[in-house]
Amino acid sequence: MSVDATTVRRIAHLARIAVTDAEVPHLQGELNAMLAFVEQLSEVDVDDVEPMTSVTPMQMKKRADVVNDGEIADQVVANAPATEDHFFLVPKVVE
Amino acid sequence: MNAPVKPSKLIKGATGDWEIVIGLEVHAQVSSKSKLFSAAATEFGGDPNAHVSLVDAAMPGMLPVINEECVKQAVRTGLGLNAQINLRSTFDRKNYFYPDLPQGYQISQYKSPIVGEGVIQVDVEDGEGVSVGIERLHLEQDAGKLLHDQNPTMSLVDLNRSGVALMEIVSKPDIRSAEQAKAYVSKLRTILRYLGTCDGDMEKGSLRADVNVSVRKPGGPLGTRCEIKNVNSIRFVGQAVDYEARRQIGILEDGGTINQETRLFDAGRGETRSMRSKEEAHDYRYFPDPDLLPLEFDQAFVDALKAELPELPDAKKARFIADFGLSADDAGVLVSERESAEFYEAVLGELANPLRDGKLAANWVINELFGRLNKEGVAIEASPVSAAQLAAIVDLIGEATISGKIAKELFEIVWQQGGDPRAIVDARGMKQVTDSGAIEKVVDDIVNANPDKVAQAQAKPALIGWFVGQVMKSSGGKANPQTVNDLLKRKLGL
Repeated sequence: MSVDATTVRRIAHLARIAVTDAEVPHLQGELNAMLAFVEQLSEVDVDDVEPMTSVTPMQMKKRADVVNDGEIADQVVANAPATEDHFFLVPKVVE
Repeated sequence: MNAPVKPSKLIKGATGDWEIVIGLEVHAQVSSKSKLFSAAATEFGGDPNAHVSLVDAAMPGMLPVINEECVKQAVRTGLGLNAQINLRSTFDRKNYFYPDLPQGYQISQYKSPIVGEGVIQVDVEDGEGVSVGIERLHLEQDAGKLLHDQNPTMSLVDLNRSGVALMEIVSKPDIRSAEQAKAYVSKLRTILRYLGTCDGDMEKGSLRADVNVSVRKPGGPLGTRCEIKNVNSIRFVGQAVDYEARRQIGILEDGGTINQETRLFDAGRGETRSMRSKEEAHDYRYFPDPDLLPLEFDQAFVDALKAELPELPDAKKARFIADFGLSADDAGVLVSERESAEFYEAVLGELANPLRDGKLAANWVINELFGRLNKEGVAIEASPVSAAQLAAIVDLIGEATISGKIAKELFEIVWQQGGDPRAIVDARGMKQVTDSGAIEKVVDDIVNANPDKVAQAQAKPALIGWFVGQVMKSSGGKANPQTVNDLLKRKLGL
């Protein structure tokens, strides 16, 4: 598996990372090197092997339906570059 | 999916008939106190970002822990939809960037949903039931809310809804008309409300539908579909389907092709329009969420929930018909809203003789009470006439203490002033006169005073109605109508 220049630009766009045209060939090389490394895994026969979801045999932890969090709007917006009355402010996005 | 379609469901176009194919994705907010993966409140409203934990705000290092009640609600809903419950399901990340989604991904269930295939029976107004297949139900997080009109250059973000549990219920493309689509959403909403797994409040956004519409020549291959997002009322579902089907037929008949796209329903204009700027929105790059282990439970967990399920609308309707002789229509009206059914059952519980008067009680609940509540715009929960009072009125009719006509006056008094119906009847002398001696005297007086009418009635028996009216009038409506009828027939020799 390898990626071409178009795919690199597309991945960058989906991740909202600004990539200049000059950077594309370098990133393409890096991505392909990573994919080639990971591709070694396909040498292993994993037929009939369940995907491992945890290294310890444990069940998903569940919580009771209790409200004991929230009401901390000051903290929630504390790091935001722009706020107004505890709302986050972001550049206008309208459908 | 390819069963022959009734001609009445087809739409006439310039080039012949067209069949509409509809599938719905309904997003139902799970009724729970706290969110799916955090312990912040789900309560509607609240100050901006008040119901937000650091998990919901996606602060680094925060980890999701699932709310067991949300799992139970999803299983209950699956059982109510006669669906396969999957004892093992998994959570995936659905990746996209939007300011209402602080994580940059929504935790959802893509590959292995908690609930698989099911089916519900949908009642359409023309009386014909339709089975609609359920494809799946999965749990996922709701997003936050954006406000665009509060600031000239910025959008405001409130994450109070972010992380609230939703059930996405996906139907199979079994729906063939706007009417059926409306009936499907309506039935689904009723089932959810009976189960108590979603409050079904469409105004608050607790239930909203994405409607997939395509058209084809009857029985032909499926056409390209368009998805109409976030339709938030049952009426709009119908309007959106009608508009969208005609739009697509128009394009195809002019030789065009349909672009698969996401559209918005504009309620003000009653039309759908394309949502631009979302070309890449469908590249969600799902992958298993490494923060969450598979969701597993055993059959005993499911069985325990099943044992506690309330009676659902279809079963209740069948019971009302079988036990009390209600018509299918009346039973359908009573069970269509959980509160209506509960009120009727409360009346039944108060009746002296529910087997005898159950049907009469249904008539009174539907015609007098619901009629009046609708007219006055009052919800059943706020009804001025309680179930006990209505049952007392029905008892009085059932035991022949008052006539139906007097009962309507009594209902009016109770509606206006309240009080114990039986006491009101005693205090105001509203009891029906069943003493045939007393009625006979009134009948005799009227017959003797109107020899011309007697002759007419003997020639044309239908005129007996005039005599009945006179007797009832003269007795203040209190004469037993059956006794009056019998006496008159005898006196007039009919």
